[in-house]
Amino acid sequence: MKPVKPLILIVDDDMDYLYQMKIRLEKFGFDVIQAESQKEAEEIIEKTKPSLAILDLMMENEDSGFILCYKMKKKYADVPIIIATAVAAETGISFDVNDENNRKWIKADCFLEKGIRSDLLKEEIDKLLSKSAS
Amino acid sequence: MSTLKILVVDDEPGIRSGVSRILRSFRVDYPFMEEAFDFEVSEASTGEAGIETIETNKPDIILLDNKLPGIQGIEVLEYIKKKQLNIIVVMITSYASLELAVKATSDGAYDFIPKPFTPQELKSSIENITKKVFLKKMTTKLQETGKQVRFQFLSVLSHELKTPLNTIDGYLRMIRERQLGGKLEDYDEIIDRSLERTRGMRQLILDLLDLTKVETNTGKRNITDTDMCLIARTAIETMQPYSIQRDVTIKLECPGNTVIKADPNEMEIIFNNLISNAIKYNKEGGTVTCRINEMESSVEITVTDSGIGMTQQEMDKLFQDFVRIKNEKTRNITGSGLGLSIVRKLVESYKGSIKVTSEPDKGSTFIVNIPKESICL
Repeated sequence: MKPVKPLILIVDDDMDYLYQMKIRLEKFGFDVIQAESQKEAEEIIEKTKPSLAILDLMMENEDSGFILCYKMKKKYADVPIIIATAVAAETGISFDVNDENNRKWIKADCFLEKGIRSDLLKEEIDKLLSKSAS
Repeated sequence: MSTLKILVVDDEPGIRSGVSRILRSFRVDYPFMEEAFDFEVSEASTGEAGIETIETNKPDIILLDNKLPGIQGIEVLEYIKKKQLNIIVVMITSYASLELAVKATSDGAYDFIPKPFTPQELKSSIENITKKVFLKKMTTKLQETGKQVRFQFLSVLSHELKTPLNTIDGYLRMIRERQLGGKLEDYDEIIDRSLERTRGMRQLILDLLDLTKVETNTGKRNITDTDMCLIARTAIETMQPYSIQRDVTIKLECPGNTVIKADPNEMEIIFNNLISNAIKYNKEGGTVTCRINEMESSVEITVTDSGIGMTQQEMDKLFQDFVRIKNEKTRNITGSGLGLSIVRKLVESYKGSIKVTSEPDKGSTFIVNIPKESICL
């Protein structure tokens, strides 16, 4: 029997980013499910539990990503979440999620710059997936 | 040397004295700042006492615990917001949750310091805030002297320019790495998307130029008798290829005399933006009606579309820089988010007004009113 591929949920309001991300992730050997808004993502997670989620921060609202992240963790505490953002430097958001104290209130497991290199992205995803599996 | 007043509101005496001790000898000084800052710390053990100190001592920064014996920290924050006080609030709390974080941020909290914190964590947060206070002071000073510095505008702008570049970059890489295989036609879609993003970027740059003209215009206006009906017709002709492509019919109605004293180029910018929006956010086979009415001392331009419409919440944000309405109906529509902000600024500079009414899925109507002889200029 073939092993089941991990299913990755990507949420972003930029259709081009979604498309490129989908191709990258499929190349890594993942299954991909995508949503273009916080609302759409919420509908998806009602029925589907992904293995990992990659969320944009600013969608319908400035904090859509955080709220979605919070709701996901509430529903599926064990699904790792990556927040991908291009605005870290500009908005002054500069939390270190590896810090125990920050981790308490920002529920994301990892923050990544949107322009991250493919191999680094793969590394981060594998790390999070193996952690959640153990 | 300037001194910033810091108020610590926390029911734990240890936290209060700790903050006082750490910041007593702390200074923030940067080469880019004209002055150095030191700190004067006052303490309050309850929210009620905190509010009293806010009133008497006018602090610049408040370190606010949420879990307090009487009223909660979030209520102190609401008080500051209601009174529109110019104070930077940092929440210190070990009970921080995302709910609180989101609530506090929307109520104006600037930062969080999780408890317990190290002296270094406190210092680096205070350092960031001091930079912010300094920049705020500088901005106010520059605005007072007539120079507008738009830090926020520039940072959003750089984001808006960077995003399409990253996208195009991504597509080019996909092509170079032949990620979709060897057949050339399989790349058509991503080439089209790349072209769409460069088109969007070009539009952003054009809009920026319009905006710059509007904002720096000082006496360079070419005020002349301008027939608004004629300008509208030119704008409609300019938009024709676009309206044909979207299968949208444009009607123009101008009864009466529609000549006003204005700069024809600026009037064209107004029409171009309103009409192109009415096409862009329309439905296939839809209509746009542009009507110019003569009023007693003004003309009224009404642009009505049969498009996707908006909710009240969406309308409220409509005229700000870089605001684009994001929902499922607009997801494939590109735009700079500057068009209506330009229109508003132009109209206001003629002492005119702009209003919008809209109904989701029915369409929107923009009503611009411009005095025939604007007293401004």
